[in-house]
Amino acid sequence: MSFKGRHVVSIRDFSRKDIEQILSRANKLLPIAKGEKASDILRNKIMATLFFEPSTRTRLSFESAMLRMGGRTLGFSDPGGTSAKKGETLADTIRMAAAYSDVIVLRHPQEGAAKLASEFSDVPVINAGDGAGQHPTQTLLDLFTIKKEVGKIDGKNIALVGDLKYGRTVHSLAYALSTFKAKLTFVAPPTLQMPEEMVATVKEMGTKPKLVNRIEDVIKTADVIYVTRIQKERFPDPDEYKKVARVYRITPAMLKGAKETMRIMHPLPRVKEISPEVDEMKHAAYFKQAFYGVPTRMALLSAVLGVNS
Amino acid sequence: MKEMKITPIRNGTVIDHIEPGMAMKVVRILGIPEPDTHSTISIAMFVRSKKMGEKDLLKIEDRELRQEEVNKISLIAPNATIIIIKDYNVKKKMRVSIPEVVRGIARCSNPNCITNKDEPLETEFKVENGKDIKLRCLYCERYVADIVESIA
Repeated sequence: MSFKGRHVVSIRDFSRKDIEQILSRANKLLPIAKGEKASDILRNKIMATLFFEPSTRTRLSFESAMLRMGGRTLGFSDPGGTSAKKGETLADTIRMAAAYSDVIVLRHPQEGAAKLASEFSDVPVINAGDGAGQHPTQTLLDLFTIKKEVGKIDGKNIALVGDLKYGRTVHSLAYALSTFKAKLTFVAPPTLQMPEEMVATVKEMGTKPKLVNRIEDVIKTADVIYVTRIQKERFPDPDEYKKVARVYRITPAMLKGAKETMRIMHPLPRVKEISPEVDEMKHAAYFKQAFYGVPTRMALLSAVLGVNS
Repeated sequence: MKEMKITPIRNGTVIDHIEPGMAMKVVRILGIPEPDTHSTISIAMFVRSKKMGEKDLLKIEDRELRQEEVNKISLIAPNATIIIIKDYNVKKKMRVSIPEVVRGIARCSNPNCITNKDEPLETEFKVENGKDIKLRCLYCERYVADIVESIA
């Protein structure tokens, strides 16, 4: 299916074939993303970045992606000075931005904002995170990272670790990994385990996820350990938080017995979930993962703008 | 002698076997009475019923409900029977059937969902009809916690 003019709201709108198409496009664009090759395939195109809440990494990687392909960007990174503060509806802000640009990248604190935006925009809207809802470009870059760092996704043992209940990225990722027939293990304390509905969804897709609560149970078998941040405010009891944070911290000692090729990923920002000594180990893939956001977003932008890579 | 609590109607619609206590919500979903109409609407609640123990009942004079209107009430009155009356006779009997998507009648229970802000939109839910009926918001993708509450 052609991507030209398509909105990117939820990873659920993507078939496996769609995802593969984007990942292969991202791979071709790698030298441009690294700055080794110049490109102006998006010359004369304007990307509007409407960030109603700050997100430095996501915004900068979208802007880098656009600039690397010779396009231009405009927008805001904090709604403070915008008419949203004066009570303008998101629908009206979107209509205006659609008139000034060729593609809109939207980050918004409310769930469902991107779907609303897509209904009022005649240029493609890319969801860069809506509240605790969807963040499809994060999922695509996660998949691209697995493909680049582990070789393939099908059949690989992938452990999702940390706050699986509230963590937005892990829900979309679990969904997408299920379309690739990856073997999933959900590692979390019982209070933060994957929501039942999400477990049911991936089962319906033919995946049989394992639910465990110790990282030690997956170290030897995992091809990818995907770590997410456990937030303090999820715990009414601060002592309980400290206990969980200690148990769910990845350290070099813990990784003894892991496969040579095992890779650790993290959507960042990382706080205490991965000790800094792990950064130097061959397992650490999280900074590369952040870079892979650029080629993945280049692939999406050029695809929805109908430009061949 | 059997006491008649609600008299028969000449023309219109009778909705029978509504879950007890739900009649007012059914009225609200159906959007009756319509502005500028003065036909009689009778509402009976907690009527003794052999089949259900108790039930609610609704009689709307001079109006024939269409199937899609009927389906709107299926989420809160899944066992309802709809009888269209013409000249005191039964013209047609229908059962409700559950639609795939419901628009504009339910509210998302997620306070942070964009549909709960002041935006020009109609709510939209996918109806997942498994063991229990579930509504999934097509905006925030969350499940509605309490369907009856979300329609209230």
